Amino acid sequence: MAEKKQDVLLEVKNLKKYFTISSGLFGGKTEYVKAVDDVSFTINRGETLGLVGESGCGKSTTGRTLIRLYDVTGGEVIFDGAEIGHMSEHELKPYRKKIQMIFQDPYASLNSRMTVADIVGEPLDIHGLASGQARQDRIYELLHTVGLSKDHASRYPHEFSGGQRQRIGIARALAVNPDFIICDEPISALDVSIQAQVVNMLEDLQNEYGLTYLFIAHDLSMVKHISDRIGVMYLGKLVEIADSNELYERPEHPYTQALLSAIPIPDPEITRNAERIILEGDVPSPLNPPSGCRFRTRCRYAMERCSQEEPQLRDIGNGHQVACHLMDEK
Amino acid sequence: MDRRILELKDVKTSFYTHLGEVQAVRGVSFTLDRGEALGIVGESGSGKSVTSMSIMKLVQYPGKVKDGQILFKGQDLVPKSDKEMMGIRGDEIAMIFQDPMTSLNPVYTIGDQIMEATMKHQGLSKAEARQKAIEMLKLVGIPSPEKRVDNYPHEFSGGMRQRAMIAIALSCQPDLLIADEPTTALDVTIQAQILELMKDIKDKLDTAIILITHDLGVVADVCSRIIVMYGGLIMEEGSAEEIFYTPKHPYTMGLLKSIPRLDLAEKQRLVPIPGTPPDLLKPPTGCPFASRCPYAMNICIETMPEYTVSETGHRAACWLQHPDAPKVEVETGVKRGEI
Ligand SMILES: Nc1ncnc2c1ncn2[C@@H]1O[C@H](COP(=O)(O)OP(=O)(O)OP(=O)(O)O)[C@@H](O)[C@H]1O
Ligand SMILES: Nc1ncnc2c1ncn2[C@@H]1O[C@H](COP(=O)(O)OP(=O)(O)OP(=O)(O)O)[C@@H](O)[C@H]1O
Ligand code: SF4
Ligand code: SF4
Ligand SMILES: [Mg+2]
Ligand SMILES: [Mg+2]
Repeated sequence: MAEKKQDVLLEVKNLKKYFTISSGLFGGKTEYVKAVDDVSFTINRGETLGLVGESGCGKSTTGRTLIRLYDVTGGEVIFDGAEIGHMSEHELKPYRKKIQMIFQDPYASLNSRMTVADIVGEPLDIHGLASGQARQDRIYELLHTVGLSKDHASRYPHEFSGGQRQRIGIARALAVNPDFIICDEPISALDVSIQAQVVNMLEDLQNEYGLTYLFIAHDLSMVKHISDRIGVMYLGKLVEIADSNELYERPEHPYTQALLSAIPIPDPEITRNAERIILEGDVPSPLNPPSGCRFRTRCRYAMERCSQEEPQLRDIGNGHQVACHLMDEK
Repeated sequence: MDRRILELKDVKTSFYTHLGEVQAVRGVSFTLDRGEALGIVGESGSGKSVTSMSIMKLVQYPGKVKDGQILFKGQDLVPKSDKEMMGIRGDEIAMIFQDPMTSLNPVYTIGDQIMEATMKHQGLSKAEARQKAIEMLKLVGIPSPEKRVDNYPHEFSGGMRQRAMIAIALSCQPDLLIADEPTTALDVTIQAQILELMKDIKDKLDTAIILITHDLGVVADVCSRIIVMYGGLIMEEGSAEEIFYTPKHPYTMGLLKSIPRLDLAEKQRLVPIPGTPPDLLKPPTGCPFASRCPYAMNICIETMPEYTVSETGHRAACWLQHPDAPKVEVETGVKRGEI
């Protein structure tokens, strides 16, 4: 069967991001936090890839390294055919426009001393996209796109609710006509009834402008709702990635299974009768991760081999990839 | 023994700020029995935390419980002095907050902090208190508790700190445990551990629990009865089944439709509630939800509706429940057992 070639927008190959932590004032011993350790995935144009996993597993670091807020320790980031992971700031400039980021905290991420018009207009100025009347028209257009009005333009962030502030952040991200937006917990700080407003808007914008999203979140129900495919991270590693329905119906990695079973469903009968896999213990320190499979200290299926050999991500069909030695026994 | 442990009667709490009176809680009444888990859900700023702070008498200046009664084991807590409350807090009523780091003292070991409570309230000796602290850490699932008891809070992970908080809260076997967003800062796998623990102590120790959360999945799992708050008032109260399967209040219905269902394969578009909640500096005279309610009528804007109560105690404050109200097609809640 001749497969239709997928239109890949972003390809991440063996991405690594290590942070150095030196203990002691005068250097002393240098330790590494391997926040992202050899992670590979692709995102197709117009697609949403969700990224989930426990706090500290490296989701934000992955996003921030892709957008070159951090230097790449190793590996490649290929965006629209070009390797941007090691470009100089000058070479990077055109790509800075194409990739935007929306942050978790709509309170902290907007400059409180700038008006909404200036917040949304700033990227237009930086990239020299519009000035004078054209700039103002574009700002009004962007505010309209995210469901705010002209009248909001001269106000300051503190005059808005959380959901409205997140809209301002989205309008700012859209100002430069990006192709790809990294959404890092964009709704976590919002009220439940407001989250749906923002999620629907992100979906509408995607349909209208053909945007591609990397959607990072804790709320696995919302990630499933918005994502076409989902990647699961654990301690700096990608342990499973699959189509979102496939992942929820047939999770293969023991960590994914535990993660999904732990989600409380908003339906008393279903959730009370659900079988939960309760994981023992906490996530180990990323300074000193377990040998072999990093999940082995909490895995109920751990075998001898798991402490000696690191499982590699392997395709088990339909693009469903899993990194677990159990896959060899199937 | 009387099963009733707590009764709030028309409690009103306000903050007297330089901008004016913020009417955070505007007349809240409910009851709670031993061994019962009551969930409080609702919009951010609807008065959930202020309600629990009022019960604990921890409302900070410029706030004050200005009206109503809080009957704990039949005694009104409102007129009690700080000194009397100190004896009750931590002993008979305990509270767990969202952020364990702000409520644990960084300069004392976890063990010292548990021991302080039991030595003060239960008169245990130092050795007994230490033994008890180790037992409590074990109960909340801290591995090698005999070693961990000497750790400082910063040596614990977020989930372990939250469990240590629960250990402190439970060490004096309180009759009432108030948990305000106890798992919001935690990962789902750790959340599942904590929720199991809460169900356990309710069943085994007959502790009454008030669980405040914005996560409807969490209340569905843990609570048998649920209160839905909006604009400083209780909009609806009922059993978990009533709230999820046959909600009566449009805000509850809106809340249920705005969350995605993990267990449904078909992708459904979320239905957000438009608009934003009211300003409690000038709360509306009528129904606080009127500006966002798809069914709002003239009377809703003018007059706050009374509760309509069913035989099972399912109550809602909404004009649609009035016998003379026009019959409207309202969408119901979650379809029962829909997988
Ligand atoms: N600037 C930094 N310097 C040192 N270590 C860092 C830095 N940023 C992140 N880390 C560490 O890298 C690891 C991954 O962090 P990251 O913020 O990517 O996690 P996350 O998956 O986004 O978690 P969360 O869900 O809590 O946001 C953590 O151990 C974190 O402590
Ligand atoms: N110290 C204070 N001074 C003035 N107003 C306050 C103070 N504390 C709380 N409030 C107000 O009281 C109202 C109720 O707040 P509360 O903290 O009870 O909300 P909540 O339901 O717990 O919300 P959330 O879900 O965000 O925690 C809010 O409008 C809040 O702004
Ligand atoms: S490789 Fe071994 S320890 Fe890791 S998830 Fe698979 S079975 Fe568990
Ligand atoms: S009282 Fe009126 S505005 Fe309030 S919820 Fe009922 S129908 Fe809506
Ligand atoms: Mg993060
Ligand atoms: Mg609160």
